[in-house]
Amino acid sequence: MIDLLGREFFQLALIAALLVGLCAPAVGTFIVQRRLALLGDGIGHVALTGVALGFLTGTAPVLTAVAVAIAGAVAIEVVRARGRTSGDVALALLFYGGIAGGVMLMGIAPGGSNAKLNAYLFGAIASVTRLDIWVIGGLAVAVLLVVGIFGRELFVLCQDEEMAKASGLPVRFLSLLIAVTAALTVVIAMRVVGLLLVSALMVIPVATSQQLTRGFRSTMLLAMLFGVIAAVGGLLVSSQSAKVAPGAAIVLLALLGFVLALGVGKFVRRGRSQETTVSQRRGTSVKEVA
Amino acid sequence: MHSMSERAFAMTAGRVTLDRRSILRGVDLTVRPGEVVAIMGANGSGKSTLIRALLGLTPLSGGQTLLYGAPPAKFRDWWRIGYVPQRLAVGGGVPATVGEIVTSGRIARQRRLRFTTAADREAVADALEAVGLADRAADPVQSLSGGQQQRVLIARALAGRPDTYVMDEPTAGVDAATQQLLADTLATLVADGKTIVLVAHELGPLEPLITRGVVVREGLIAHDGPPPQPEGECARPGHEHVHPHAPEVTAAAGPLQGWQGEA
Repeated sequence: MIDLLGREFFQLALIAALLVGLCAPAVGTFIVQRRLALLGDGIGHVALTGVALGFLTGTAPVLTAVAVAIAGAVAIEVVRARGRTSGDVALALLFYGGIAGGVMLMGIAPGGSNAKLNAYLFGAIASVTRLDIWVIGGLAVAVLLVVGIFGRELFVLCQDEEMAKASGLPVRFLSLLIAVTAALTVVIAMRVVGLLLVSALMVIPVATSQQLTRGFRSTMLLAMLFGVIAAVGGLLVSSQSAKVAPGAAIVLLALLGFVLALGVGKFVRRGRSQETTVSQRRGTSVKEVA
Repeated sequence: MHSMSERAFAMTAGRVTLDRRSILRGVDLTVRPGEVVAIMGANGSGKSTLIRALLGLTPLSGGQTLLYGAPPAKFRDWWRIGYVPQRLAVGGGVPATVGEIVTSGRIARQRRLRFTTAADREAVADALEAVGLADRAADPVQSLSGGQQQRVLIARALAGRPDTYVMDEPTAGVDAATQQLLADTLATLVADGKTIVLVAHELGPLEPLITRGVVVREGLIAHDGPPPQPEGECARPGHEHVHPHAPEVTAAAGPLQGWQGEA
């Protein structure tokens, strides 16, 4: 392992894993609260077309993926905001179109192959280049800035959209912002866990964290910690054997964390409810005395 | 204190159509600052839609509505409005503490890139105190009872220190103690000259605070004047408010017109 740490490809992979582990759960907390847990999956499917477009046009796939993922995210948000009952189906159509478009364009592209497609579908963290890291790093800064600057407003939006409107928040802008930020996160996570597993890193750490926390902010911070542990831990596990795919190892590790938190959470909550019963009882007895 | 010409809400010929169903069918309603208006009516009469339309949360399909002289889309002084929805939205299951929810009531007064100020914290602490939830600030709202959640929503509106409150059935499904607490809280707001528009099925302990009653029936205003007195026939639950000459009183009835005068 110490041997690996000295190798550039492994250092780049570690940086990528760290950034993904931080960003994906931060954005994920908002989209889970907004009941859009599958948004990441949708954008991931659409982003595949972007990757293939990159190969077709000879541009860096990560850049075309950003462009197409943002376009897809905006399209999904527009469909959602119109609130038609067919929104579900419209989203599904977009997902299938994204995958089919990606596979077809990849076949046409010079130098396109199934192996390259797989690298984006399931991640290929060991092949992360310096350019990738610059792009991933830039996107990660953008995502964390959005969360830092607009977090308060996004919390109100995701908690209660009506309240956001009645507080004069720019609801349409914030909705697009969260969709675009999710798109950026998908592209960051694409090289690490792959487009098909991107959403896992946005959702699982949040689901894990909320077993243990009482507030929104604490859920987000703990989810980011879990995200980093899963991403870096999964990478280290897979580095021990060439047969273990890093993306899969990261997601399975995150799931393991969820199962553990489920058990711990039950235990914590039981303790807490006893605490409140005791204090409530005390409250009543005080009233009775008074 | 308030200029006489200023209007908190002014809806003229307001119409709302949802899913091709006509919910409001031409409503004229003006609320002046300092008024305490109860909007009443049977289930499905359109009373909730009316207050949502007053705030621009539900778009009008006809007519217009003004918030302090501006259409909702152009209104900028949202800190003036404290909206209390019917229920607490729980979202996708991410926990939020009572303190976080109540603090979100400050959002219209906060600026981007600015940290939470001492004034924010003070307003939140006062609001929690007012509804008797100061000791629950760190608890997740999901763990509270329905009545306590209702108090959280009221505290959220109080925290913004608005001058105009819009409340959708604040007393519905709430125990008698919470109703009384709400009435006491509203009494202080009324004493401060705040404007209040609330939807209520039954007024209960709020009754002495109300200065004007507006009865909505089938998407039209059936009564607008002094609050109906819950006596005899009218006190019966499910009582139908019938007004033979209702259309004439729709446009801002004076204090002695309508309800009590007829009875």
